[in-house]
Amino acid sequence: MNVIRPEAAAGRPLAATQGLIDVDIHPRVRSVKDFDPYLSAEMRHRLHTYGNRPRHGFVKGTPYFKSQPLASRRDAWTPEGGTPASDPAFTATQHLDFHGVDIGVLNPLQPSGQGDMNNPFSVAMAHAVNEWQLDQWVAVDGRLRASVVVPYEDAEASAAEIRKRAGDPRFCQVLLMSRTSHPLGNPKYWPIFEAAQEANLPIGIHAFGYSGWPMTNGGWPSFYIEEVSEHATSCQSLVNSMVIEGVFERFRKLRIVLIECGFGWLPSVAWRLDKLWPTLRDEVPHLTRAPSEQIREHIWVSTQPVEEPPRPEQLLDCMGWIGWDKILYASDYPHWDFDDPRHAIPSYIPEAKRAAIYGGNARRVYGF
Amino acid sequence: MTALPLGAVDVDLHPMVPGLAALEPFLDPLWRDQISQRGMEGFETQSYPPNAPKTVRDDWRPADGSKPACTVEQLRAQVLEPWGISRGIVTPLYGVQLVFNEDMAAGFTRALNDWTRAKFLDEDARLAASIILPMFNAEHAVAEIERLASDPRFVQAMVLVMGETPLGRRHNWPIFEALVKHDLPLAIHAGSCWRNPVTSLGWASWYMEDYAANQQAFQSTLASLITEGVFSKFPTLKVVLLESGVSWLPAFLWRLSKTWKGVRFEVPWVDRSPIEIVRENVRMSVQPFDAPEDAETVDRLMNHLGSDEMLLWSSDWPHWQFDGPPRLPPGIGPDLMRKICVENARATYMRLAWETVP
Repeated sequence: MNVIRPEAAAGRPLAATQGLIDVDIHPRVRSVKDFDPYLSAEMRHRLHTYGNRPRHGFVKGTPYFKSQPLASRRDAWTPEGGTPASDPAFTATQHLDFHGVDIGVLNPLQPSGQGDMNNPFSVAMAHAVNEWQLDQWVAVDGRLRASVVVPYEDAEASAAEIRKRAGDPRFCQVLLMSRTSHPLGNPKYWPIFEAAQEANLPIGIHAFGYSGWPMTNGGWPSFYIEEVSEHATSCQSLVNSMVIEGVFERFRKLRIVLIECGFGWLPSVAWRLDKLWPTLRDEVPHLTRAPSEQIREHIWVSTQPVEEPPRPEQLLDCMGWIGWDKILYASDYPHWDFDDPRHAIPSYIPEAKRAAIYGGNARRVYGF
Repeated sequence: MTALPLGAVDVDLHPMVPGLAALEPFLDPLWRDQISQRGMEGFETQSYPPNAPKTVRDDWRPADGSKPACTVEQLRAQVLEPWGISRGIVTPLYGVQLVFNEDMAAGFTRALNDWTRAKFLDEDARLAASIILPMFNAEHAVAEIERLASDPRFVQAMVLVMGETPLGRRHNWPIFEALVKHDLPLAIHAGSCWRNPVTSLGWASWYMEDYAANQQAFQSTLASLITEGVFSKFPTLKVVLLESGVSWLPAFLWRLSKTWKGVRFEVPWVDRSPIEIVRENVRMSVQPFDAPEDAETVDRLMNHLGSDEMLLWSSDWPHWQFDGPPRLPPGIGPDLMRKICVENARATYMRLAWETVP
């Protein structure tokens, strides 16, 4: 939903009878200096001298300029003028307390160093971001859970970071960005899946990042509206890749949560692969289950953005095809397209299903 | 399976060029000589590996091992006659669009279009064809449209869905202007010119991923055409998506229309919701029909498409999309079947002569 003016009164959705769990909150540093205590002298120097080197050309900001500063709600800057979601107390005031959120999943975005062109730097940053989440967020507000941020372009180092955090209940998932430098099912990433499965952690894949490749398979688009729309296609590609490479054949307990990826496209992707599978079985004999079955079993999705079809029953069709047990509420706080939980899940969805989306489904996939 | 209704149009037929030698009679000497001089081996593309089961349905491969799908006799015997096709639109996918040298690409494209005209259009009055466009230079593409538009048997122009740059980009607008001038729809067909990886995450390991990636490409291409303002500038431009799949379209439009509401300041020339634009200007062929084979789901999908005028029947010959006789998705009633098989194509392709309708 596009928030023009957030609702002024506090309140929690009545249907959230199995808890209100927000699987997408974006904590942010006040400045990158916040990471200093967790970095070696060499990496501190690198961070402050050369900075992050994402797979795009600009030192500051993003190649497709956001629709609003820091892609954030205008009212999300802290009273002291701090950046949006940089202060746990104000985040609680504006979101967790305000909407009655019981559990919030932290998904740190840039400058986290994920997808950096320099792997050792990305490894050091991921460690720093994880320590920072624990010290500055989870220790301050017990409702928050951290994500294991991993330097995913170095799968072995990612697996090591996951193993270091395994069993620590403050972490609830492994976090990847959706735009990896290779399609995500590529065996290059399999050590990540192996470690996540071993640690019994779901893998949250948040839309975003820079793969280094054009954002469409027909070249670079012109506009931010296209970049946003292309999140869906990049996530489709990663699902195609994970299924076709046989990730879910090899890692039978893997749980994937697609966050801010949209979800309306998922049934069609599954059907497309189902349609293709019989005619190309000779190429992919390692696939023993129908692609749609694999997707139904292994993939969860978050709301925000919720597709808005012209007619309510069309959204119901779509959610039913994905599976009512697979959809998780997400707010995307503090971003401009933030979803107030009271309005995000349309009231024409039966109440029991809304309760599952608000909390029950997240409890099951994350084991809260 | 029910037979196709009388007057059925097949909008997606793919004659396969048997080899570069077949184009020699139609090539300028400059290019013709280079075939042997440089040892050029042929333009079959990775998008359709010639021996892959997907590329040619097994019962359409000649038993004697000769080349499949390259003559009008094969097309007649395998599709036109047994299925009672009234009109068919042929679109060869020989990879002239992949050639890096833009002059050479234009030269071979001209030859390919002339080959199609001589070997198919001149041989069977039921056939119409696509003008294959050399897209690496808009002037070349416009010149090819101008060269062939006076022949009414060319009923549309065709580009591959995965080009070098997104299709809506302004440097392509002279092409759209020429198409509108001649009332030629723009057909966008599955396949890549191999300038970019088939996913926005890089190159894929398996052919199955390559083929699946077309579904993403059609979304990106439509998004580009819409957001760049092509349909605002050329409101009468018709776009036909071929071998695109179908079921991805509604959810794609729900998302794009929602995002447009949020950030339309960025593209102020987009003055209507993408849902409306597509309903008015875009059509798509039915194969591959990417949905479960149950009537209830198909019925819901038709509801999501929101119009009975969107779909055009196609066999996708000789690609393997289905076995046996012609197929329509389950649960399609006779009225919708007639729209899909006959009327929608007639409304889209004004150049298909009405008098041939039985």
